[in-house]
Amino acid sequence: MIIGLDVGGTHIDAVLLSNGKVLRTAKVPYSSGSIVEGICSAIDELTEDVDPGKINRVNLSTTICTNAVLEGKTSPVGMILESGPGLDASFLACGEENVFLDGYIDHRGQEVKPFNENIVRDASVHFKEKGILSVGIATKFSVRNPVHELKAKELLGGDFCPVTMGHALSGKLNFPRRVYTTYLNAAVYERFRFFASAIDKAFEERGIRAPVNVLKADGGTMNLKKAVSFPVYTVLSGPSASVMGCWVLSDNHEDAVILDIGGTTTDISFFAGGIPLLEPRGIKIGAYPTLVRAIYSHSVAIGGDSAVRFEGDKLVIGPRREGPPKALGGPMPTPTDAMILLELLNLGKKEKAYIAMKELGEVMGISPEETAHLILDRMGDLIKERVYELLKDLNSRPVYTIRELLYGEKITPKRAVIIGGPAKALSLMLERKLKIPCVVPENFEVANAIGAALSRITAEINLIADTAQGYLTVPELGIREKIGRDFNLEKARKQAMELIKERASALGSLSEDAEAEIVEESCFNMVRGFYTVGRNIRVKAQIKPGVSSFEMD
Amino acid sequence: MLKAKNRLGLVFFPAFDWAISPTHPEREERLLYTLDQVSEEGVEDIEGIKFFNPVLAKEEDIKRVHFCVPDVDSVVTKSHVISAGGAIAAARALFEGKVDKAFAVVRPPGHHAHRVVYGDRGFCIINIEAIMLEHIRQSFGPKKVAIVDTDCHHGDGTQDIYWNDRNTLFISLHQDGRTLYPGSGFPDEMGGPGAYGYTVNVPLPPQTGEEGFLYVIENLVMPIIKEYKPDLVVNSAGQDNHYTDPITNMNFTAQGYAKLTELLDPDIAVLEGGYSIEGALPYVNLGIILALAGLDYSHVKEPDYDPDKMRQPGWISDYIKRLCNDIYGRWLRKEEIARKMFDGKDFVRRNKRIYYDTIGIMENQEETIKVCRSCSGYTMIKSKCDLGYFILAIVIPPGACPRCVEEARKIYEVADPGDYTGIYLQDRVNDEFKVKK
Ligand SMILES: [Zn+2]
Ligand SMILES: [Zn+2]
Repeated sequence: MIIGLDVGGTHIDAVLLSNGKVLRTAKVPYSSGSIVEGICSAIDELTEDVDPGKINRVNLSTTICTNAVLEGKTSPVGMILESGPGLDASFLACGEENVFLDGYIDHRGQEVKPFNENIVRDASVHFKEKGILSVGIATKFSVRNPVHELKAKELLGGDFCPVTMGHALSGKLNFPRRVYTTYLNAAVYERFRFFASAIDKAFEERGIRAPVNVLKADGGTMNLKKAVSFPVYTVLSGPSASVMGCWVLSDNHEDAVILDIGGTTTDISFFAGGIPLLEPRGIKIGAYPTLVRAIYSHSVAIGGDSAVRFEGDKLVIGPRREGPPKALGGPMPTPTDAMILLELLNLGKKEKAYIAMKELGEVMGISPEETAHLILDRMGDLIKERVYELLKDLNSRPVYTIRELLYGEKITPKRAVIIGGPAKALSLMLERKLKIPCVVPENFEVANAIGAALSRITAEINLIADTAQGYLTVPELGIREKIGRDFNLEKARKQAMELIKERASALGSLSEDAEAEIVEESCFNMVRGFYTVGRNIRVKAQIKPGVSSFEMD
Repeated sequence: MLKAKNRLGLVFFPAFDWAISPTHPEREERLLYTLDQVSEEGVEDIEGIKFFNPVLAKEEDIKRVHFCVPDVDSVVTKSHVISAGGAIAAARALFEGKVDKAFAVVRPPGHHAHRVVYGDRGFCIINIEAIMLEHIRQSFGPKKVAIVDTDCHHGDGTQDIYWNDRNTLFISLHQDGRTLYPGSGFPDEMGGPGAYGYTVNVPLPPQTGEEGFLYVIENLVMPIIKEYKPDLVVNSAGQDNHYTDPITNMNFTAQGYAKLTELLDPDIAVLEGGYSIEGALPYVNLGIILALAGLDYSHVKEPDYDPDKMRQPGWISDYIKRLCNDIYGRWLRKEEIARKMFDGKDFVRRNKRIYYDTIGIMENQEETIKVCRSCSGYTMIKSKCDLGYFILAIVIPPGACPRCVEEARKIYEVADPGDYTGIYLQDRVNDEFKVKK
């Protein structure tokens, strides 16, 4: 049996799956101070008469890191940064204390200038005086050569925990994002570690010895114990649980749009060729853009509980929620009231919904039913406009080759998968608006928890080989090793396919059906003067994103 | 995060799958390290900087500028169509109000491509700035434009195309033609009878550094631009004046390029040459991007930057001072000189030899420009090349007077196809392009 838990904004959704079927579901309210208690009571509800020994796996998403960042409940961090020439780096100061090194690694990973080691030694003393335990180290081009980050860590001494290094979190280029990612990882470390040990203890008390995994923002999982080194990967994993749930439940193999319609927002994601689309650069958390791999999810401020009013003769929905729908005793008419009146939703008091629509429409001289239709129509238009806007943006992302520019594939959704409270009530209207079939999957109410339950490990590595210099670098694994002049793309591919498994096992255990794949590769002849002096090879490998199988009745 | 003072549109298209040949300077690797640097700096996250993909330049866009012989499809490659389309996309972003400034970091370059095109010369086939500009004029109406070419090589192709157009002021700063390809670009090359003085050439001695370039911009280029009052300033932003460039002999720097950009304050910059792909381009492009966006570029420096080593000798400073005085004098006296040269003439004729270094052919041209009081006059080109072509090409410029239009069209009509391998008409008044063979 598998348990899946998704910790949302106010509730925890949980499912117990057995032989790929939903055996039991639970929905438990919680407050941000009592996540562990909430998780425990959800588990207790699911496993009331279940032998804990029969549970094979618990997967959970958590808001612990997200909330820590958004509520400012993070640990003070001492940052050690090295920028070299380029943008003035002072805007990157994000820690309690920020120390800048004076060395420089260039775009090929060559050390142009070593840094003055005394700067780190002094920083170590200074951080200790300030009572700072968490340290982040990020240097420019450390993904081409991590030597300065490694050296700085060594010089700091053993009195700090954690010491997060930028190159270990992501192999992508983007120094400002590396700095923020490193900072956040160090800043949420303590909270996450506390959470992990509390969960560990609680599960042990309940006799659950199964592996516990946490969900990452990219829709993959990592082992709870190993996640302690990479807590930043868990931020904003909420939307990913829902998207993974849609993947499980909708059996979709083509381009599609996913709409998760909530109380005040509708989250929009996409499948490209049946696979959830990722953010191109990384997710943004609060004010911090990061390199954290994440499922693409953008929202439009409109949902079932959005307040509706007329401004002049223009119907305005949202962006605020003023309370529950009128049918449920709230102060303002909402789309939910419209759905209730039109009998698309069976909820609350229909008379109150009628009065809400009547009062709203009266000013414009239209009937309550017409008003309700108008609201849903407007809601559909707003969602459609946002979907098209996002698609336009996605389909005009920069490309760098003539082949991609001329023949690159564009995302064109063939259908929409809709979840969230009003999904069923709105599917016909949205089908009319989007002009593609709209599917509301079975068990959609617990899609997020199912998604969490069936997510699998994901991992990515970036290998770069420079045969002119004779070095191979895989930042995510801290590898920088010598290679021969005969190293080529084929060897790089082979090595990447092996190393990606090593990376995956640093995050959790690899299931048998997990597959590695090369997602990007390039090989440039390096010419100096009129002679070829080597090859610049770049290969990106990943564990193919996937979900465990799920049977539907 | 940072916020740009000027909204900047970037078309960054390194064409990673195209090369003239595997070891040619125009190869896949050229912008690889530049993209690495720009990505690592997080430029894409700076608020106000937007990236655009190139569009494809259309056949009419090319024909509005060039006579491709025998035709567009035979001489123009996809990569050139995309490079010109990159410049168009950048300019459109500006004219559609999406950005305040635009920079097309595209390859291959275009400023050696003349009006008549038989193939590749100086790595260029079609003139990407001219195609961009004429596309913009066609879509958004007439514009008075200054093109400032800061590539190390003389922008001979752009000069040829705008030779007789006083609505396009062409200023080229370059290494003296006696020491570098293509060997042209002297101060006495000042334009045709309809636009005399609106071609300005500034040949600089080898070893010119930051001081020299910035002196020319401040003391010659900016005063001329101020008097000219263009609607648009375009910078052909070649980067081969850099001290590490393998095919030139100048001592310019990333800091210098950024300062030049700040002083010149162009609306649109378009990358031209620049072949120091590791030591210069990553830093120079970053410097230009930041300067265009109005951001601090003072920390953008090459790893081996040493201002003392790059300092230009005193005699160069003196030489450049005298040169600027001479050229500015010519600018002030342009009308007067033009009267002396052209008054009383009906036609002005000149002969040119144009060498296509990349494909190794020679072209011989006789260019005849009608001297007209009501407009800048039409142009007739008779061109012969080693490939066996002998063509007649007639240009009716935008704004040509009805008499010139009629006369030039008549020349096209009566010309005998038996005398030429092809007769070409570029009628910009009617936006019409014809060939007869
Ligand atoms: Zn050049
Ligand atoms: Zn005329």
